[in-house]
Amino acid sequence: MYATTYHKPKTLTEAVELFESSEEPSYLSGGHTLIPTLKSRLAAPAHLIDVRNIPDLSGIEVTADSVIIGSATKHAVVAASKEIKAAIPALSGLAGSIGDVQVRHMGTIGGSTANNDPAADYPSAVLSLDAIVHTDRREIPADEYFQGLYATALEPGEILVRVEFKIPEIAGYAKFRNPASRYSMAASFVAKHRDGHVRVAITGAGNEGVFRWPEAEELLTENFSAEALEGLTIDPSRMMGDMHAPADYRAHLVAVMTRRAMQNLGGTHIL
Amino acid sequence: MSRITITVNGTPQTRDVEDRTLLVQFIREHLGLTGTHVGCDTTQCGACTIHLDGEAVKSCTVLAVAADGSQVTTIEGLAEGGKLHDVQQAFHEHHGLQCGYCTPGMIMASVDMIRRHDGMLDEHTVRHELEGNICRCTGYHNIVKAVLDAAEKHRAAHAVAAE
Repeated sequence: MYATTYHKPKTLTEAVELFESSEEPSYLSGGHTLIPTLKSRLAAPAHLIDVRNIPDLSGIEVTADSVIIGSATKHAVVAASKEIKAAIPALSGLAGSIGDVQVRHMGTIGGSTANNDPAADYPSAVLSLDAIVHTDRREIPADEYFQGLYATALEPGEILVRVEFKIPEIAGYAKFRNPASRYSMAASFVAKHRDGHVRVAITGAGNEGVFRWPEAEELLTENFSAEALEGLTIDPSRMMGDMHAPADYRAHLVAVMTRRAMQNLGGTHIL
Repeated sequence: MSRITITVNGTPQTRDVEDRTLLVQFIREHLGLTGTHVGCDTTQCGACTIHLDGEAVKSCTVLAVAADGSQVTTIEGLAEGGKLHDVQQAFHEHHGLQCGYCTPGMIMASVDMIRRHDGMLDEHTVRHELEGNICRCTGYHNIVKAVLDAAEKHRAAHAVAAE
């Protein structure tokens, strides 16, 4: 890791001022993507601004319609929250399936959502649960937030403060993991919302990162059952292909995982 | 450079460190506590697992400066007065190691696991929860036996305490 200067601001204003007045700054949350990146010298920010001590970024609130999670909340805390488990068990299960125990003790929902790794778990829940991403300056609907591999609507210096998930009628999450890295090779988050519309978000597979699968959504809105998806396939040209899985295999997994999510509504199915 | 104080195994340790210093480097190189190992250095193998404010984390992926003011427990901090911790004793009795490289991380992860589940563990759960710790000798059977034995001792001790 190249030399860097660490900062621990106590307020959002202080953090943003530090970012704007520094040469080559980067925000730091749980650090479980950023620190490995720094160690392999793929990034070399001159200033690391640790946002975890800013009180606005912590806390979990569950209302009648939504689950609101502060961005510095660790995966283990989301997974262990009884309130979240009661409201959206698939979200709770997703958080409990990220990485491993030690990773979940450090990694945060804000870090994962801001980084938008194409194999990360949270982006699929954010998109499927029609979440609103609250920042220090505005509210961004999920459909406008994700903009391709590692790209989001966040502007330089903008801080993700909390994520507000809509509580659906029911949701399910199914993931097929790479057995070595434990990142998803294809995962599907299916949610039937209270107004009847269905959102299906796929992570780990798309060559543009997380995406919605409109064909599956249409079939499921008409007939909300795994059988409705029989025979539905997805174009492999939209899938990532790499040493772990070629694109046509990932396309196959997307369909299988979406059916499995439907067969495990109210929970998760992690392979 | 930053001056930081981390309480390691109950003793406050103040040092001047470069901001890029990893917690595992602070533990091994600044404090000389070499029981914590570095295996993969990429957050995967778990050999560097320590407890940060009571929770198991991989110390190769935490900045020492970010742990300023925290409580850290390493493998050296488990035994009390020359008596091995129950998990250490169980690893000894069940021979839960082959080369021993992963052992400090396995033990720290297991202590954390038993705490979180209050000793209510079965084989499936132990195997699942050890997914962040890799033994390249692949000697998992005895590790799992050791964790289950220590978990049972934990339950028995708490049952006695409750009476």
